[in-house]
Amino acid sequence: MVFPEVFNTHFGKYVEDFIMWLTKNYDYFFDGIKSGILKFMITINDALMFIPWFIVIALVFWAGWKLISIKSGITFSIMLFLIGSFDYWEPMMTTLAIVLTSVVISLLIGIPVGILISYSKRAERVAMPILDAMQTMPSFVYLLPAIMFFGLGLVPAVFATTIYALPPVIRLTNLAIKTVSKEMVEASNSFGASPWQTLMKVEIPQAMPTIMAGINQTTMMAMAMVVISSMIGARGLGLSVLTSINRIDIAMGVEAGTCVVFMAIIIDRLTQAFADRYRYE
Amino acid sequence: MDKEIKNPKIKVENLTKVFGKNAKETLKLLELGMKKNEILKKNGTTVGIDNASFEIEEGEIFVIMGLSGSGKSTLIRCLNLLNKPTAGSIYVDGENIVKYDKKQLKEFRQSKIAMVFQHFGLFNHRSVVQNVEFGMEIKKVTKPERYKIAMDTIKAVGLEGWEESNIGQLSGGMKQRVGLARALANDPEILLMDEPFSALDPLIRREMHEELLDIQSEVKKTIVFITHDVNEAFKLGDRVAVMKDGQIVQIGYPEDILNNPSNAYIEDFVRDIDRAKVLKVRSVMKTIKDTRKASDSPKVLMKQMDAEDIERIFVVDKNRAPIGIVTIDDCIKAIEEKKTLEDILKTDFLTVTPDEYIGDIFDKSIESPYPLAVVNKENRLVGVLPKARIMGALAT
Repeated sequence: MVFPEVFNTHFGKYVEDFIMWLTKNYDYFFDGIKSGILKFMITINDALMFIPWFIVIALVFWAGWKLISIKSGITFSIMLFLIGSFDYWEPMMTTLAIVLTSVVISLLIGIPVGILISYSKRAERVAMPILDAMQTMPSFVYLLPAIMFFGLGLVPAVFATTIYALPPVIRLTNLAIKTVSKEMVEASNSFGASPWQTLMKVEIPQAMPTIMAGINQTTMMAMAMVVISSMIGARGLGLSVLTSINRIDIAMGVEAGTCVVFMAIIIDRLTQAFADRYRYE
Repeated sequence: MDKEIKNPKIKVENLTKVFGKNAKETLKLLELGMKKNEILKKNGTTVGIDNASFEIEEGEIFVIMGLSGSGKSTLIRCLNLLNKPTAGSIYVDGENIVKYDKKQLKEFRQSKIAMVFQHFGLFNHRSVVQNVEFGMEIKKVTKPERYKIAMDTIKAVGLEGWEESNIGQLSGGMKQRVGLARALANDPEILLMDEPFSALDPLIRREMHEELLDIQSEVKKTIVFITHDVNEAFKLGDRVAVMKDGQIVQIGYPEDILNNPSNAYIEDFVRDIDRAKVLKVRSVMKTIKDTRKASDSPKVLMKQMDAEDIERIFVVDKNRAPIGIVTIDDCIKAIEEKKTLEDILKTDFLTVTPDEYIGDIFDKSIESPYPLAVVNKENRLVGVLPKARIMGALAT
């Protein structure tokens, strides 16, 4: 049986109107953000491209060796070398620039929000359903407002990626601050520490291992989204994947896809190992 | 029995702490005499402390003893306002700290009071020395100064050489030494200790007791000490308060509580205590009030023994120092044979002081064929301790 037509309502239209209204009346605001993000990202991209390829490989080898094991170091450098030899070095750096920019923005927003909702039950009640929605909403949907606000290109890609990658860092920061041992907080208070001192000297350092795990997850989410965001004009590895789909070019698809996998593995293992260093006995 | 507190450092008056909403209503129910569990059922509020009043003297170790859930941890947290009292006042040096505003409270916590926690509450992201520096860091003491004080304090608690270690590397006993050092480094006037040694194994615990008493004899802080262990309470406490269901049921010197438990609950509590470690000679001995002189003849002494219905008596010199003991049989013989007091005086008696624990004088008591002579610091005879009295005191 079909659902009766009389009950048909469409709230999507209002959201659309709202977004249109925003873009129309606050375009200077979005333009400002756009140029800011763009500048930041291009600087990162240029910096990454400025470093000679062998030094990048050497650095990753060293990081893998020091943080995990010499075997990991060797594996990572071989992977990077392969990406280069597939001729995807420059797209990889662009992708990395988008990921880094998104992660930095996610952390700048996510950590304070996470702390805030750990302090206020009311804020948490408001934030939690929003976070759930952000994580379950099909990621393509974010692309639409991103285009509306920022047009096509790198900045909307960063915007969409940030929204997609934000929830884990908020959630884990919230969890981390809440699970700081009650006795430690009491101890800090008993010495007459102000709430700010307790936060900076006890709660945040104690929460660091969990926050680091959040950073790892956020980075991986950003990696996943960056491919999708190529649909709105972000260059990088995602664009190559997209092109290969359009052209039904299997050879290109396999190579570009492999590069994404390699990149993801390297970033995941390194951030994971870095997070593990933060565990306190 | 409760001696007048001359110099109260802390004075708590009608302190009540209720957890949960409807605190005001709960106060009324308490006034009507409702019980803790009835209130929980009716109102959903938990009564942590119910109308507690007591005074703590400057420089004493005041032990609050009770089973878990008796409200002792809640009470100690009221003293530095980690728990805000629902009603009542807490005076420290005459100031009601319950009325303090934020700034005053901060100053109070930074300068006057420090706390040691059951599970240590140490910051495991900081090294030992950084933990000890914490209180001073909060007070904004300069780095070199606080480092120096921290190093000295670490030395004082016997952790020299561990300054740069991580907390995770330390054993339980060492962790609590860090906790103690962190509190002492702040040079507080009052030290709150919330079951500080409960998480430690018995051997380490005993070691820590000695150490605490050692440190206390030097620093002379006012210490409020929480424990559920009677032996610990009586060993450390100058005075002990016993708590049950949020109320203080008895306050007194350890021996008073042991000898005159105010109700069945406390009787139960002190049943399995090792009395020999709590009772002092003073509370068991027979006090001597008469004025015997060295020149007393056997005849006078015999009369005295007759009057007191005893068979042996100590003889003192003119400074009232015991010089020997005579038995009633010897006196009778001496009178018959016209001997002097010196002839029958037995000088192989042993002496103890009033402040020694019964447990520590067992050997002397067994060794000596006579009662023990109890002498004070000036070597004056103040009492006699027959074996029967020791047995009697331990038996009850």
